Amino acid sequence: MTDAVGQAPMLPRLFSVTRSRQDTTDTYTLELQPLDGFPLVFESGQFTMLHAFGVGEVPISISGDPTTPGPLKQTIRDVGSVTRALVAAQPGTVLGVRGPFGAGWNVAAAAGGDVVFVAGGIGLAPLRPAILEVCARREDYRRVVLLYGSRTPADILFQDSLDTWRRDFGLDVQVTVDNGQRDWHGRVGLVTHLIAHAGFDPQQTTALICGPEVMMRYAATAFLDRGVRPSNVRLSLERNMRCGVGLCGHCQYREFFLCVDGPVLDYARLEPLMARREL
Amino acid sequence: MQSIEQYLEEHPFFEGLGEESLTLIAGCARNIHVPAGAFLLRAGEQADTFYAIRHGRVAIELGGPAGGPVVLDSVHDGEIVGWSWLIPPHRWKFDARASEPTSAVAFDGACLRGKCESDTALAYGLLLRVAQVMDRRLQSARVRLLDMYGVSP
Repeated sequence: MTDAVGQAPMLPRLFSVTRSRQDTTDTYTLELQPLDGFPLVFESGQFTMLHAFGVGEVPISISGDPTTPGPLKQTIRDVGSVTRALVAAQPGTVLGVRGPFGAGWNVAAAAGGDVVFVAGGIGLAPLRPAILEVCARREDYRRVVLLYGSRTPADILFQDSLDTWRRDFGLDVQVTVDNGQRDWHGRVGLVTHLIAHAGFDPQQTTALICGPEVMMRYAATAFLDRGVRPSNVRLSLERNMRCGVGLCGHCQYREFFLCVDGPVLDYARLEPLMARREL
Repeated sequence: MQSIEQYLEEHPFFEGLGEESLTLIAGCARNIHVPAGAFLLRAGEQADTFYAIRHGRVAIELGGPAGGPVVLDSVHDGEIVGWSWLIPPHRWKFDARASEPTSAVAFDGACLRGKCESDTALAYGLLLRVAQVMDRRLQSARVRLLDMYGVSP
């Protein structure tokens, strides 16, 4: 089995870190260039298996622009030994990349209607390519809203992008935090509560949601309560992806292998599963 | 210039309350404008006012164990501040501070309670609406207790 550049999917391609940007206290975005010269073509919402040699391999969402050639961008939160090694990678470090894997956001299917993005925490990273895709063809979409919830103001990701999307592409960007201090003059509260005030046409709205699973469940319910079709509500699920090609079964979610069938699935398929405790 | 009754008709909190009830409560109301940084109410003080926010943003705050106050919630256009005017002993539990210039309709709590005691339909209508706000804020507090953006164990 080989992919578009003739690479076996279990064999990492070599990429060199060209830039590392610290986004928050524990989150970094790496820019990577392929040593073989072939750029990694991906769809928004897909992920790669990123390999720190001698340490291990983890699934990481792609956070770059799928519509423009450029370095592979991956946003990583330092939560364990492998991600710690990845965020510590300096320019010149060679990492292994397998993928891209999985089913993405299918943003083009939302053309002609309203689009509401709901992101929680680092969930903004996998949504960023979809937002950039909408911005690249802004005239194809009607009202576009981004509702973003973060733990604290210091944890807000891609602040420069938020400003650009609001200013240059007319996105209604609403940011809320769970914990605010007095010097934070923005919203405080749950991101899901912003949905009621987002001002979309339920019959012609696609909702793309990524964040903690409890947040996604409440957000999906809020869209359904307002009349959005379950098939138009899409969630990106996170499980223990390993092989990336649906063989090992680590990411099985009842009938789904999330590395192949997901990570993005619509709520029409997920609703019967998400409320079950034993899955 | 709009009358207070017209403001109330347009305010989402009072949606469906009925013309008669709106006329009744408008008699307890006045328009206010507060600059950024001003307090609408302070914890421990007598809860004698209820605010329906028209434009602006209000931070619900509580003094933290160390350092400055923590903002627990923010209230925006079309929402309300305060329900302690309704519930004995009518004392505020939190501070509410305008975090930007804010326009609101301010109700006299004692006046509203008087109207509610003589009009059970109005009382039920207001209680139901306040309960919905309480439910939403309780849900918000519960979910945030999970610290869902924290690192999973």
